[in-house]
Amino acid sequence: MSATAPIIKVDAISKSFGAFKVLDGLSMQVMPREKLALIGPSGSGKTTILRILMTLERIDGGHIQIDGEQLYHMERNGQLLPADERHLAKMRQKTGMVFQLFNLFPHKSVIDNVTLAPMLTKGTPRAAAEKRAMELLDMVGMADKAKAMPAQLSGGQKQRVAIARALALQPKIMLFDEVTSALDPELVEEVLNVLWRLCAETDMTMLLVTHEMGFAHDFADRVLFFDRGRIVEEGKPDEIFRNPKQERTQGFLKKIIAAGHRV
Amino acid sequence: MTQWSGYFGLILQGALVTIELTLMGSVLALIMAFLAGMGRLSRFFVLRALATAYIEFFRGTSIFVQLFFAYFVLPLVGFELTPLQAGVLALGLNVGAYAAEVVRGAVQSIGREQHEACIALNLGRWQGMRHVILPQAFLVMLPTFGNNAIELLKATSVVSLISLADLTFQAQVVRAQTGNTMVPFTTILVIYFILALLISWGVRSLERRMARGLDGVRV
Repeated sequence: MSATAPIIKVDAISKSFGAFKVLDGLSMQVMPREKLALIGPSGSGKTTILRILMTLERIDGGHIQIDGEQLYHMERNGQLLPADERHLAKMRQKTGMVFQLFNLFPHKSVIDNVTLAPMLTKGTPRAAAEKRAMELLDMVGMADKAKAMPAQLSGGQKQRVAIARALALQPKIMLFDEVTSALDPELVEEVLNVLWRLCAETDMTMLLVTHEMGFAHDFADRVLFFDRGRIVEEGKPDEIFRNPKQERTQGFLKKIIAAGHRV
Repeated sequence: MTQWSGYFGLILQGALVTIELTLMGSVLALIMAFLAGMGRLSRFFVLRALATAYIEFFRGTSIFVQLFFAYFVLPLVGFELTPLQAGVLALGLNVGAYAAEVVRGAVQSIGREQHEACIALNLGRWQGMRHVILPQAFLVMLPTFGNNAIELLKATSVVSLISLADLTFQAQVVRAQTGNTMVPFTTILVIYFILALLISWGVRSLERRMARGLDGVRV
């Protein structure tokens, strides 16, 4: 694959929950290493697209390619068949996700949360998995809590562990779904700092659904504004935040600023 | 003056049989509970149907009849069982049917976000179940499993009807030999009660041990 081919190619996908059309013929492309911010009102489909990329939701129509391979389809003898569980498992190796509510395993210590998946899915020996986990926990500033249980941690600490847990599988693409939305304001910074560090020290492709407009502005290479299941506007952060062209983008940003968010 | 010490020895022998039945029956019940409980949650219709049929049948018929069936009817089709085997089989299958619904309910009580974390970490279905869902669900099951075990303990008295020398059987022997009803039955009443207390206590301490660290207070 050439370096200029997109790592994610979403082609005219649609998704409904009952009668509610969440995504309506959505297409987008993401280049390797690109940092993307997905913004927009709730219910606009920005979280759904992350969940679809992580195979937590299935699509009703369209195609998705990740790293040159179909996500929900398998190519067999020139034919496109629906993906089976084995194909999905293979495709999931490329992607990691961090959730709004952390989703840590409450019955496992911090380090066991991080080592579980590498040991089970890659057969990494415990010693190697723990060594790697300690490096990751050190990077997110949680090495001193390796033996703690999730219930003993603050929200910001839990989220940093969740980031380390997702990184342990060495995905090429990281999906961050409103990772600071459930945090007390004073804890947001510590999580955003970790994201900055990832940005500086790794070459992962990162997709970020966020309401932190200031952070989205500084962090993203490109901003996508979602509304009603479509990308209404996209561009460089400065264009979107300083000089939005679409009325709906302008309206949304006005509301956000009125609500006290820094842009 | 009746020689009570000999008769108490008889009752204690009965207590051992009751404990043995309770332990073996509980093991079988636990196995059946997980098989049928997980079967109810299976993707495959056949497994779901089998599990449902088992649960409904054994909850819907009397333990008394099940025991007689195991002991008196199965030999007619070539399955000769000792009274102990018949007792363990009937008790285990009967209580297992109730406990299967406990397993199903507990697994379903674990939030969707835990399943989604498993998918995002690329754990296989069984890996996620084994390492993430079941350990959390087991804690939910424990208190009701304690109830089920006590139910099983109390139900063991039916085996006296197929001449297995358990507590109840021995009490009847003592009553027949001494003509005294009050002493043997009061004694076994107390013994059943103590055994039930032991189960409660055991399950509670297991629960405490397993919950350690989960609430962020006790470590």
